[in-house]
Amino acid sequence: MTGRLPIAKMLAATIAMTAVISAVMVSINWDGPEASTAAPKIDDLLNVMIVLSAFVFSLVMVMLFYALYKFRAKPGDESDGEPIHGNTRLEVAWTLIPTIIVLFGAGYSWAVLNEIEEPAPDAMTVDVFSQQYAWSFGYPGKGEAWSQGELHVPLDRQVQFKMHAQDVIHSFWVPEWRIKKDNVPGITTTAIVTPDKLGTFQLICTELCGFGHASMRAKVVVEKPADFRKWVAGLSEKIPQPFKESIVQDTETNPVPLSAGGA
Amino acid sequence: MTAAIKQPGWIRGALGALLGAAFGFALVVALRKASGLPAYQTEQTGYPQVVVPLVTGPLGFLLGFGCFDYWLRWAAGMPTIPEDHSQHGAKSWRDYFRFNTDHKVIGIQYICTTFFFFFVGGLMAMLIRAELAQPGTQIVDASTFNSLFSTHAVLMIFVFVIPVFAGIANYVLPLMIGAPDMAFPRLNALSFWMLPLAGLLFIGSFLAPGGAFDAGWTGYAPLSTGAPLGQSFFNLGVQFAGASSIATALNFLVTIITMRAPGMTFWRMPLLVWANLSTSLLVVAATPFIAGVQFMVLFDRALHTNFFQFAGGGDVVSYQHIFWFYSHPAVYIMMLPGFGIISEVISTHARKPIFGYRLMALALIGIVVLSYSVWAHHMFVAGMFSWLRVPMMITTLLIAVPTGIKIFSWLGTLYFGKIHTYSTAMLFALAFIVTFTIGGISGVMLGMVPIDIHVSDTYFIVAHIHFVLFGGSVFTIFAGIYHWFPKMTGRMYDERLGRIHFWGTLVCTWGTFIPMHWIGMDGMPRRVADYAAKFGDWNLLISCFAFGLGAMQLVFLYNMVVSWRFGPKAEANPWRANSIEWLVSSPPPIFNFDEIPRVVGGPYEYGVPGARHAIMAGESAEVAQPEPSVVGT
Repeated sequence: MTGRLPIAKMLAATIAMTAVISAVMVSINWDGPEASTAAPKIDDLLNVMIVLSAFVFSLVMVMLFYALYKFRAKPGDESDGEPIHGNTRLEVAWTLIPTIIVLFGAGYSWAVLNEIEEPAPDAMTVDVFSQQYAWSFGYPGKGEAWSQGELHVPLDRQVQFKMHAQDVIHSFWVPEWRIKKDNVPGITTTAIVTPDKLGTFQLICTELCGFGHASMRAKVVVEKPADFRKWVAGLSEKIPQPFKESIVQDTETNPVPLSAGGA
Repeated sequence: MTAAIKQPGWIRGALGALLGAAFGFALVVALRKASGLPAYQTEQTGYPQVVVPLVTGPLGFLLGFGCFDYWLRWAAGMPTIPEDHSQHGAKSWRDYFRFNTDHKVIGIQYICTTFFFFFVGGLMAMLIRAELAQPGTQIVDASTFNSLFSTHAVLMIFVFVIPVFAGIANYVLPLMIGAPDMAFPRLNALSFWMLPLAGLLFIGSFLAPGGAFDAGWTGYAPLSTGAPLGQSFFNLGVQFAGASSIATALNFLVTIITMRAPGMTFWRMPLLVWANLSTSLLVVAATPFIAGVQFMVLFDRALHTNFFQFAGGGDVVSYQHIFWFYSHPAVYIMMLPGFGIISEVISTHARKPIFGYRLMALALIGIVVLSYSVWAHHMFVAGMFSWLRVPMMITTLLIAVPTGIKIFSWLGTLYFGKIHTYSTAMLFALAFIVTFTIGGISGVMLGMVPIDIHVSDTYFIVAHIHFVLFGGSVFTIFAGIYHWFPKMTGRMYDERLGRIHFWGTLVCTWGTFIPMHWIGMDGMPRRVADYAAKFGDWNLLISCFAFGLGAMQLVFLYNMVVSWRFGPKAEANPWRANSIEWLVSSPPPIFNFDEIPRVVGGPYEYGVPGARHAIMAGESAEVAQPEPSVVGT
């Protein structure tokens, strides 16, 4: 059966279409500017997936449109097609090849995940407090300094954000860092980021938290370590008592990743 | 008047609803008085004087309407009414508004009711897009906006996509397996009548103080446990929709397992039957979880239990685990019946046997099994036990394999066929392959934890869900409606209007949902009434296409209504299809088959000389033995 199809031409068309789609799609920076060490790794994974997806999509399109071009019934033709019920080799192929592709994707993703969540020995901890509809931040290593609506972090140093929600679930997202984590009442969640671009970014709440959800934003400033130290030293407010209690009561349920020996 | 009150029907139903609600109200007030409490309680999560009548009122309606008459007589030891088939079949349009046990009537009742909710939900989508056409808030305030998108999703999921498939299958499936009706016709009728009650509870929540439920269709605790009264309407509506769904699934399972015509082995069942078998297996095991978790939320709200109150020792994340343990299988509950429809339509209009029939059936079962092991991919950033992310990622990606098998097998079916594209059903089926492939690809990306961390809860998710639920499920629904419209109504629809509907819907679906991927990746979160100015142009474009998409559905509505009334009469088998429902007249006789069909071959034997799927018992048994199938070369 397959011998009657222009397999080589169809494959060539698929590869050509894959190449065109990939070239266009990979050249676009979909996720926006990158500002953390994790961002290029995630964007690379996305690009690899775009190429693989372009191949699958092109294959489906070529198969579909060739069939529509070649096997359309002529007007008035009421006969049936050929009684082909299947082809075991083809069926095995389109079971195994996608399995290999997705398992490759899973392995690659797992490797990226372990890399971007690898804790650094000199990591700095920052507490994130979220409530309807405001963010505030505690710098425990800096005399419990506290800032509202504005987060400062030093450049090129890993920050481990410890998140504490006070009322409902919120979610911490800085698109340029590619990192997101829910803030869950009652537990502490952790996000690991190493900012590697100076600048001002926006922290966006991405978990529906009520009528003020859309405006629950905060300013994020990545600055040189010296500027950061100066800024923290200038903070006059301390972490308020109720927020501090939320740290004490919280239970860390985010275990160490498997790669670091956790389970 | 007394007769009207004694007879089951709308008058007794209304009376039942009133009495039921009054009883619930009186019970609450009396118990509160007896306990020395004020008669009314108006904490926003409480309102027992409203919540209890919301349970007893609908139950009173079902009792009054006659849904339980036969069983109650039986249970009470009273003489049962001899079955005179007076509740079976439709002689005039009025019979569609009664308690009716005919699966064909119930099928139409389902389809019309669910499409009513589709249009209500669609109007809400239009309001949402009007608000989002520009940054800032112009048309509705943020609270109303939250109510709108929550109700939009809930109507579309619980009272459109899930039950419309039950409606199509209700009509087609018994005919397809050569059965005179469903296994439990009275249970079938009860299942249907619970559905509008669920829809009315969802819509009725707009009348509640504090407005309609606004915690999203996902209703995450503790936002939902502390939300105004409307949330309780949602909690209860889900119970009615869920009970309806579970009862129907049981009905399908028993019907499929026990009522197939002689000769129809499992490997001779059409794939639509396989699809509904798989779907029903998902519904009976998964749906009780959402019913349970919504009761837990209701109890947290009204009875001050502490399932999800961290301050009282509850666990916030466990809500999401239980919710998604239903709601991920639910994605397949909303997709597998559509897969079945596509198989029927493509095979018929390509005049070809389904390519790899057995693998197609096994792929459905594979999806059922895998779909129970992927739920936590909705929770990669939710703060769950982080180790769980990797196995859930692997199972999530693996579920693409059986889905891919289906896509490739449909494509294989087209090869060496005689493809006819005059039917709108076939156009939707072919377009479904394209849009669903895109939805599947974005699904694989979302399954990868690092990518998901970035795009979770953004417009990328909105794009993905609409590509699979609108470009996927709803396209298959349209294919199914167009395909079986002649059988259901005995009339042909207008193919020219069908093509306008098809092309308009296709272009507008892409125009609406493709740019959503881009703005999501670029930083626009979902579920926001207001957004950064840089997304303004894209959102305006999306809104324009969305309005076009809405307008196109009016073409569909017009085509269906006018063709049902005035369309040319349909023959028994306008598509020259093989399965049994096309052997009987359009619409079929009141008891489906005057003689029991006998199944003598596979369901898709197009092109096999002399092969038949089924013959009527009266037909001459001079049926050529099908030649051995030509399997591959």
